[in-house]
Amino acid sequence: MAVLVKIPTQLRAVTDGEAEAEVDGGTVGEVLDSLFDRFGDLRERICDDGDLRRFVNVYVGGEDIRFLSGLETEVSDGDEVTILPAVAGGR
Amino acid sequence: MAVDALKCKECSTEYPLDARYVCERCFGPLEVAYTREQDVDVDGLRRRIQAGPHTIWRYADFLPLSSPPRSALPTGFTPLARADRLAERLGLGEVWVKNDTANPTHSFKDRVVSVALARAQELGFEVVACASTGNLAGAVAAHSAAAGLESYVFIPADLEEQKILGTGVYGTNLVAVRGSYDEVNRLCTELAGEHDWAFVNVNLRPYYAEGSKTIAFETAEQLGWELPDRVVCPVASGSLFTKIARGFEEWIDLGLLNGSVPTFNGAQAAGCSPVASAFAEGHEICRPVRNPDTIAKSLAIGNPADGPYALELARRTGGGIDAVTDDDIRDGVRLLAETTGIFTETAGGVTTAVLAKLAERGDIGADERVVIVITGDGLKTLDVARGTFETHEIEPSLEAFEAAVPTAVSA
Repeated sequence: MAVLVKIPTQLRAVTDGEAEAEVDGGTVGEVLDSLFDRFGDLRERICDDGDLRRFVNVYVGGEDIRFLSGLETEVSDGDEVTILPAVAGGR
Repeated sequence: MAVDALKCKECSTEYPLDARYVCERCFGPLEVAYTREQDVDVDGLRRRIQAGPHTIWRYADFLPLSSPPRSALPTGFTPLARADRLAERLGLGEVWVKNDTANPTHSFKDRVVSVALARAQELGFEVVACASTGNLAGAVAAHSAAAGLESYVFIPADLEEQKILGTGVYGTNLVAVRGSYDEVNRLCTELAGEHDWAFVNVNLRPYYAEGSKTIAFETAEQLGWELPDRVVCPVASGSLFTKIARGFEEWIDLGLLNGSVPTFNGAQAAGCSPVASAFAEGHEICRPVRNPDTIAKSLAIGNPADGPYALELARRTGGGIDAVTDDDIRDGVRLLAETTGIFTETAGGVTTAVLAKLAERGDIGADERVVIVITGDGLKTLDVARGTFETHEIEPSLEAFEAAVPTAVSA
């Protein structure tokens, strides 16, 4: 499954400046693993002990994966996965 | 206090004082770090504060700005009113209302926007923007207008009409997004990566958040340089809640105040209570609420950025985070209005209702000095008052009046 991952500005230092990447995977976890295979330094920035760090939000097609099945959330061909920092907002 | 750097709250990595808000190493939130001063002349510092303007700028020493700030709108130094009738109604000893409806755009958001805009101008930004549930929208639009800066304000399309009208009037670029606040916020987080704009609650968030400390400074100064025992405050993102505590902590550390950080009670609406739920369940992080459903729209953040820190503060100080229903919120608005003459928006209804709940539960000691933070004006959410009272419509005659209107007992 080819999925487009959108990378926030804060992480582009470790993706050679790339703002998006097309990678394979059947779940969000597999998609992220493929992404880490390509950009090695990315893993420790957003993961801690195999889980996402607590201030990292991941969306599939605009939906927060915590409302889906987390890292087990299935993705299909052409889906868009967005990584964003959780720390924003006030009101 | 000299401003030092931006520092990650999670891993302590330091960054220069520019427009950034997230740690590139661990995605943790960045916060302004100050150099701690030794041997502070406490009396001299108090005198200097007291000689300052009757705005938040009297506390400029404790804000993250490099030059003396100027702003056309006088933010802050709002009244702290002793609310004996409210205390009596609830069987409490001493209750004070920090009345932030008395700000230029009638909410506490003037504080955070004043600081963020001053910093945005220092950093050379010409365009200011925000994601908002309404109060922030009005504040950004007004302060940008006063400063002569272009602004973009993003709001959920279903916002109260009073807040939309009270924002558009300042001549901002008003963008109504078909979605929840969290979706508006996500859009702005993406936009902040693409445009060189100062998003006050995204890329300027570390500076913006510091503005909320001034509520603590004012409260302590207005209490005669003393700490309250307990603070009851609304929780949306959790930023206001945690920064009020930080304000007290900074002054305790400097020796300006004696004692310990007050007990902190957070107030949420049951229709959007990710922090109260996590508190009740003993969790350290909040499970986001997908579809917030409450009349307290200014608190309807389903994915609170500072949720983990709000939980930590409530637990550390022996307080809590409680949620109240929409009916409780309406009752809270009425209770505050009837006993203090202060008309609050729904968020203040949430806060007053939580105060009532704590009182009823016996959580508040008879000798406690309690401060409740009323963050916005009732004129912003007028619909909540509709249908809660009776109007006597009569013909213009004495007889009609005597027949229709019950006469006051003492008359």
